[in-house]
Amino acid sequence: MSEAGVIHDIGYQRYRGPRLGRLALQQALYVQGLRAAFGLGRSAKAKIFPWLVAGIMLLVAVILAAIRSQTGQVIFTYMQFADQMSLLIIFFVAIVAPQLVSRDLRSNTLPLYFSRPLRAADYVLAKYAAMTTSMWLLLGVPQFIMFLGAAFTTKDGFRGVWNELGDLVPGLGYSLLWALMFAGIGLLVASFTGKQAFAAGGIVAVFMMTTPIFGVFMSLPSTTANSLAGLTSPMFLIAGVGQWLGGGADAEWDLGRFGPIYGIEAFCLIVSCVLLLLARYRKVASL
Amino acid sequence: MTIIVTDGLTKTYGGGVNALADLTVAVDAGVIGLVGANGAGKSTFIKIMLGLVPPSGGTVRVFDLDPVTETDQVRARVGYMPENDCLPGDVSASEFVTHLGRMSGLPKTAARERASEALRHVGLYEERYRQIGGYSTGMKQRVKLAQALVHDPDLLLLDEPTNGLDPAGRDAMLALIHRIGNEFGISVVVCSHLLGEVERICDSLIAIEGGRLLRADRISSMTEASDILAVEVSDGTDDLAAALTGMGLQVTRDGRMLLVPMESDSSYDRILRAVADLDLNLHRLDQRRHRVAELFTKKETADV
Repeated sequence: MSEAGVIHDIGYQRYRGPRLGRLALQQALYVQGLRAAFGLGRSAKAKIFPWLVAGIMLLVAVILAAIRSQTGQVIFTYMQFADQMSLLIIFFVAIVAPQLVSRDLRSNTLPLYFSRPLRAADYVLAKYAAMTTSMWLLLGVPQFIMFLGAAFTTKDGFRGVWNELGDLVPGLGYSLLWALMFAGIGLLVASFTGKQAFAAGGIVAVFMMTTPIFGVFMSLPSTTANSLAGLTSPMFLIAGVGQWLGGGADAEWDLGRFGPIYGIEAFCLIVSCVLLLLARYRKVASL
Repeated sequence: MTIIVTDGLTKTYGGGVNALADLTVAVDAGVIGLVGANGAGKSTFIKIMLGLVPPSGGTVRVFDLDPVTETDQVRARVGYMPENDCLPGDVSASEFVTHLGRMSGLPKTAARERASEALRHVGLYEERYRQIGGYSTGMKQRVKLAQALVHDPDLLLLDEPTNGLDPAGRDAMLALIHRIGNEFGISVVVCSHLLGEVERICDSLIAIEGGRLLRADRISSMTEASDILAVEVSDGTDDLAAALTGMGLQVTRDGRMLLVPMESDSSYDRILRAVADLDLNLHRLDQRRHRVAELFTKKETADV
C-alpha cells in the first residue's frame, strides 16, 4: 500500500493485536472514572476540591484515632463518622458527579463513546460504579484509619482487635449504603445538564432542600409522622436504615415500627436512580 | 470488494418524517462521497450503518455484517467522526485519543501507541500533549479524525470533515482523507454538502436527496465523454449557429460556446467546414466531458 519511493515515512501500520470485549471497556471506563473522581490524570485545578474534602476527612479520622489511642474515648462510632461527615459528602458528590457525567454531555463526547462497541448501559454502570467506589473510599479509608488507631492501642489483645473489627465492618457497610444512594442521586441530577456548575448546584439543592422537610415532619405532634420523618430526606433515610439495622442504639429520633419501610425506600430509591439513569442514557445514546 | 450494501433501506422517524426512502445501493471499497443537501438523510444513513438507529424497513449490510444484530463486530471495524464539536477542552489530545482507543477495545499499551500513531498521521505529533481547549478548529478536526482512526478500522465514516475549516485547512483535510483512502488501505465515506470538494478525492459518489437515491456511480463513469461537441469561435458565434442550423444540426448555445450533438465522426468535418466557410477563428472544438455537478444541477440547485 505504501509506495516504495517514500523512505522518510514508515507509513501506516495495521493493528493486528487483540481487541477486547465490552467487559474490558467497562473496566477501563470505570478505572478512568475513579481516577477522574480524585482528579488523577487531570489538571491540578481538578484535584483541589476532591482532595480538600478527602484531606479534611482524613484529618478528622487521624484526630479521632489519636484521641482514641491516647484517652480511649470514643467520640464518633464508625457509623456516626459517616453521619457527621454528611455535609462534606454532599460537597464531594456535587464536585465529582458533574465531573463524571456532565463533562461528557457538555463537550458532546457521547457520540464518540456510543459509536464504539460500548453501550449506554455499560457507560452508566461504569460511571455509577466509579462514583460509588470513590465515595466508599472517601468514607472507608478514614474509617480504616480510625480502626487502626483503635486496634493498635487496644488493651484487650486480640479479642479487642476482633471486637473493633466487628464494629468496623458494619460501619463500612453503612458507608457503602451512603455511597450507593448518593452516587445514584448525584449522577441522576448531573446527567440532566451539561453545565457543571448547574449540576453541582442541583445536587446540593436536592440534598439540602429535603432537610427542612424532615424538620417540619419532626415538629408535627403525631408520633407516626415523627417516625416517618426520615423518609423525606436522603440523609435521614440512610440514618434511619442504619438505626433499623444497627438496633437503634444512638437514635436521633424514634423509628417506631417503621424500620423496614426505611430499608425498602432506600432500596427502591437506589434502584430507581439507576433505572432512570439507564433510561436517560438510552435516549442520549441514539444521538 | 463491496463493503456496504443496502436494499430498500427506509427510515421513518416518529411523526412520519421520511429520513430515508427505499435506498438501494452497493458501494465498493475506496473513497466514497456521500453528497446531499442538509437534511437529505446523510447522517441518518451513517447512524444506521453504526447500528445507532434501526432501519424501519429494508436491509443494510456493512462488511456483510448486519449493524442491528452484529453491532459490536461492525463498530469494531468502523471509525466515526461526527459533524459537531465533540472534544473536551481540558485533556490533551494524546490522552483523549488513548482513552477512546481503549473504548474501542485496545489494551492499554496498544491504545497509547496507536493514539500516538494516529495523531502523527493526522499531523499533530508535536502538539499532542497540549490541552485540546487551546487547539485551532483545524487541529480539533484532526483530533476528531485521529480518534476515528485509532482502532485501525476498515471503514471510516466522516460527517462533514471540512466543516468550519479555512481553504488551506480544507485542502489539507481533503489531502489527508485521500491519503487514508489510498495509502492506508482504509475505505472512507465522506459526507458533504459540497460536491466540489468531495469530487476531488472520491472514487465513487452517492448522491441522495430527500432520503432518495439520486445517483450512485464511480466518478470516472460520471465524467465520461459525452456525445456533445463544444465549439467556440472568437466572434461570429451567431453566424456559425445559423450556418450549423442550416446544415441540419441541432445547435444549443451555452455562453460563448455552441453545443452540437455528435451524430457521427463526420460531424467534426462539417463543423470545421462551416467555420472555414465563415472565415472565423476557431478557439476550441472538442468532445465535451460531463462534469459531476451536471448530474445534480437539474434537481439540486441550492447547495451545489
